[in-house]
Amino acid sequence: MPEEPRPRIDITVDGAAWSVPADCTIAAAFTEHGQVAWRRTRRGARPRGLNCGIGVCFDCLVTVNGMPGIRACLAEARPGDVICTEEGSGFGDQGS
Amino acid sequence: MSFAPRKGRDLVTRVPDQVRAPDSPARADVAVIGAGPAGLTAAVTAADTGCAVCVLDLGERPGGQFWRFGPATGDGRFHHEWPAFTALRDRFTAHVAGGRIDYRPGHAVFHIGSPREGELFRVHAVADDRRREHAAVQAAAVVVAAGAYDRQLPVPGWTLPGVMSAGAAQALLKASAVAAGRRVVVAGSGPFLLPVAAGLARAGARVVAVVEAGQPLQYLRHPADIAAAWRKLPEAGGYLARMARHRVPLLTRHAVVAAHGDERLHSVTVARVSPSWERVPGSERTLEADVLAAGYGFVPQIELLAEAGAGLRAAGGEGAFAAVVGADQQTSVPGLFAAGETTGVGGADLARIEGLIAGRAAADAAGRAAGRNAGPLPHDRRAERQRTALHRFATLMERVHAVQPGWTGWPDDDTVVCRCEEVTVGCLRAAIDLGADDVRSVKLLARPGMGWCQGRICGQAVAALTARHAQDRDHAGAAGLQDAGHDAERAVSRPLAQPVPLRVLAELASDDATPDD
Amino acid sequence: MSSGRTYDVVVVGAGIVGSACAYFLARAGLTVAVVERGTVASGTTGAGEGNILLSDKEPGPELELARLSNRLWRELGAELGPAAELEPKGGLVVAAGPEQRKPLDAFAAAQAAAGVQTRRVSADELPELEPHLAAGLAGGVFYPEDMQVQPMMAAALLLRLARDLGADVHPRTEVTGVQTAAGRVSGVRTSHGALAAGQVVNAAGPWAGELAAMAGRRLPVLPRRGFIVVTEPLPVLIRHKVYTADYVANVASGSAGLETSTVIEGTAGGTILIGASRERVGFDRSSSLRVVGLLAGQAMRLFPVLAEARAIRFYRGFRPYCPDHLPVIGADDRLPGLLHACGHEGAGVGLAPATGQLIAQIATGQAPSLPLGPLRPGRFEELASA
Repeated sequence: MPEEPRPRIDITVDGAAWSVPADCTIAAAFTEHGQVAWRRTRRGARPRGLNCGIGVCFDCLVTVNGMPGIRACLAEARPGDVICTEEGSGFGDQGS
Repeated sequence: MSFAPRKGRDLVTRVPDQVRAPDSPARADVAVIGAGPAGLTAAVTAADTGCAVCVLDLGERPGGQFWRFGPATGDGRFHHEWPAFTALRDRFTAHVAGGRIDYRPGHAVFHIGSPREGELFRVHAVADDRRREHAAVQAAAVVVAAGAYDRQLPVPGWTLPGVMSAGAAQALLKASAVAAGRRVVVAGSGPFLLPVAAGLARAGARVVAVVEAGQPLQYLRHPADIAAAWRKLPEAGGYLARMARHRVPLLTRHAVVAAHGDERLHSVTVARVSPSWERVPGSERTLEADVLAAGYGFVPQIELLAEAGAGLRAAGGEGAFAAVVGADQQTSVPGLFAAGETTGVGGADLARIEGLIAGRAAADAAGRAAGRNAGPLPHDRRAERQRTALHRFATLMERVHAVQPGWTGWPDDDTVVCRCEEVTVGCLRAAIDLGADDVRSVKLLARPGMGWCQGRICGQAVAALTARHAQDRDHAGAAGLQDAGHDAERAVSRPLAQPVPLRVLAELASDDATPDD
Repeated sequence: MSSGRTYDVVVVGAGIVGSACAYFLARAGLTVAVVERGTVASGTTGAGEGNILLSDKEPGPELELARLSNRLWRELGAELGPAAELEPKGGLVVAAGPEQRKPLDAFAAAQAAAGVQTRRVSADELPELEPHLAAGLAGGVFYPEDMQVQPMMAAALLLRLARDLGADVHPRTEVTGVQTAAGRVSGVRTSHGALAAGQVVNAAGPWAGELAAMAGRRLPVLPRRGFIVVTEPLPVLIRHKVYTADYVANVASGSAGLETSTVIEGTAGGTILIGASRERVGFDRSSSLRVVGLLAGQAMRLFPVLAEARAIRFYRGFRPYCPDHLPVIGADDRLPGLLHACGHEGAGVGLAPATGQLIAQIATGQAPSLPLGPLRPGRFEELASA
């Protein structure tokens, strides 16, 4: 881990204010924060987080600023990002 | 028929507000897909000859996975051959600034439309995952350098948070300078495990063990093939020295056969395995870990090429394919080239050479299409010799670290195989009981590979498990195994290489330049 | 494989129609062999959506076949079990504008007179049934009897039931010829030997014409390509099968050119299936991004909420199509022992059980549940020689 302090940015995760390293992926931000899961699967409601790390497996999906299904391992966290963890398909609030 | 027949097109001609008229596609001589070692080299090489090049890459920064970096790691602290990358990136940046390279980061290419005679390739992408706009590029020649991804083998507990591919642990370090966890087991097979372990140790994680299922001493049986890649020996030596310094044990002929935890990983079971990777009963022991970084080699990404009609070959195990290319890195589709791991896993040095050759050949093809070139493309003998030597080493690597069939005995019926759709080994066996005997028929009945990743992660495992259990069941399918090859290629055909919003597809259709391709 | 045994019937094709035939034939006490060159549901059935519809059937022989089949599907549902995902979800046909409203009402009235349950839905009532439908539509008709099933599982389960009743199944076995003796069918030649049988059922889907030709008979069954776009898994946004009123016209159209209409439904797994396109391009398996884009646009216009839903794949299938849009069910008019069960276009899943029951009745010499005249194989030759 780098010894010098890294610049940090403020984001919101499920309504909570987080300070995370600047310019790291959202998956890395979660990991650095100590959270390894940010999604529940549709059938078994099992926890998922980072798996392949390069955008191939779609396990790490997260909602960013209202856009669902974003791959957290590819997207870099930006200041002010509003991030929501996902249950099931990630479109929860639109179901009927 | 009392209906007035109504042509479907009537409903379609009213374009609603939310589908905007598409921008005209960007034009280039050469389109390069992927900005890793192969793609960057191909792009820079083509641009050096004077071509207009468009580079489309999924990542936000150039470098692919091998040179993946972020601001916190921009000094190359977790990287290999960093000076080679910075030199290449400088040339790349100069071309971008000079307008010769049109660089599109954050672009998920989902389809390459093959041209008819005399027409251009059409590359379609979803741009910027936060906005998901349509982007299209037309080019006379295309180089696909889409890389590869880790092969994971399903074992009980492998879907627990904390279990990830070796590449994911590496990406966290390289891109974000974040260690995946505190106590890490690195497992699988292949030379990639060493730099992953060394990097984690350097970042301050406790690497509990490196667990290699194969026997790397087998390399010593083929000294001529290793000689070709002599520069790798000090590299490997460096990793081993770092591991020794951090007291990281290397276990060979061992594998992680189970992961344990409730909501996250807390331990793994390591067992000795035979040369065919059958687990040796009684050899199991438990290691505490909060991260398991596992990888059994790599699977080339060939979906775009397969869909465009390029010929493939089986590569490194069941259900994995690589693009077939000629001496000029051209696929069986004229004007469509491939370089790097996409043509077969061989490492970054080989990727750069292939990118060089492909870039030159693609530039030449584009020039011909524009009526600029005449005469044959001269050979670069030195590059071709290097390529041949590195191919030999790559083939040796594949042999030493080939996935052996005994692994299919590690998962049990409750083990999830398809992560996206949560399909278990038991579901696969039920489908086989109902008559499925190959990947395609298993997919139809049990639905593995029908989720977001469209079978990338589970495809190889489904192929191997199906082969094992269909054989166990003594299926008449054994007679149809000659069909299985063709079916296997069909099974990797993916008309959409990335998820595409319906809005983007609709926009595509309203572009008259999109023919029925 | 040539076991020396003579079967009562060989069924060629283990798609939904062949599997249904095998089941009903075995249930009727006949000895059955099923020959399939792939595995179960390898052909058109593998590309099916699983439609069991009355809503799109014109009153007449097709509707009667569909009504019989609908009843049989309900009976089969319990036997097949939950794995078949049989869902009595109902179908909603939507009229985009007033010019579609009147013909739709007339069509529905004729269907109601023939015994189909229909419910006229006004424009205001549409949101109750489907809250995410676009505004400004003219209304529709709801058909509570429409259902959906998982077609590959249903075929595989029917085939297993047939096996439990004594049928032999030969996958990865291709029929290379139809054998005759003394002017009657005597069996089939296959890639793994010959099978002797007194009757052969042609359930070869879009390849039924090729199989008929092996027996020296002519059947004008042609492939009609269709694409289906599949979205990522979504919450339940669409409750019924929903399609636009021009769908029926497209099915009935004789045009070889591209016909598209909007057909949308959800699945148990959460994905949404989007169709429908029809083209006569032979067995061209290539992708058409343009057709897929048209389907996507149509779906968005009907359900604007889908604009941001992502397609994760699309695939194509080949419907077996007859020039008069009716299936072929019955004994060949020239070659005794050859029975045809094919040409169902896009309605194979819905019509399979009725087809199976009729074939079993013909094979055992019982009175058929429906008049077979309009479905007879000989009708094409009569047309040709007329």
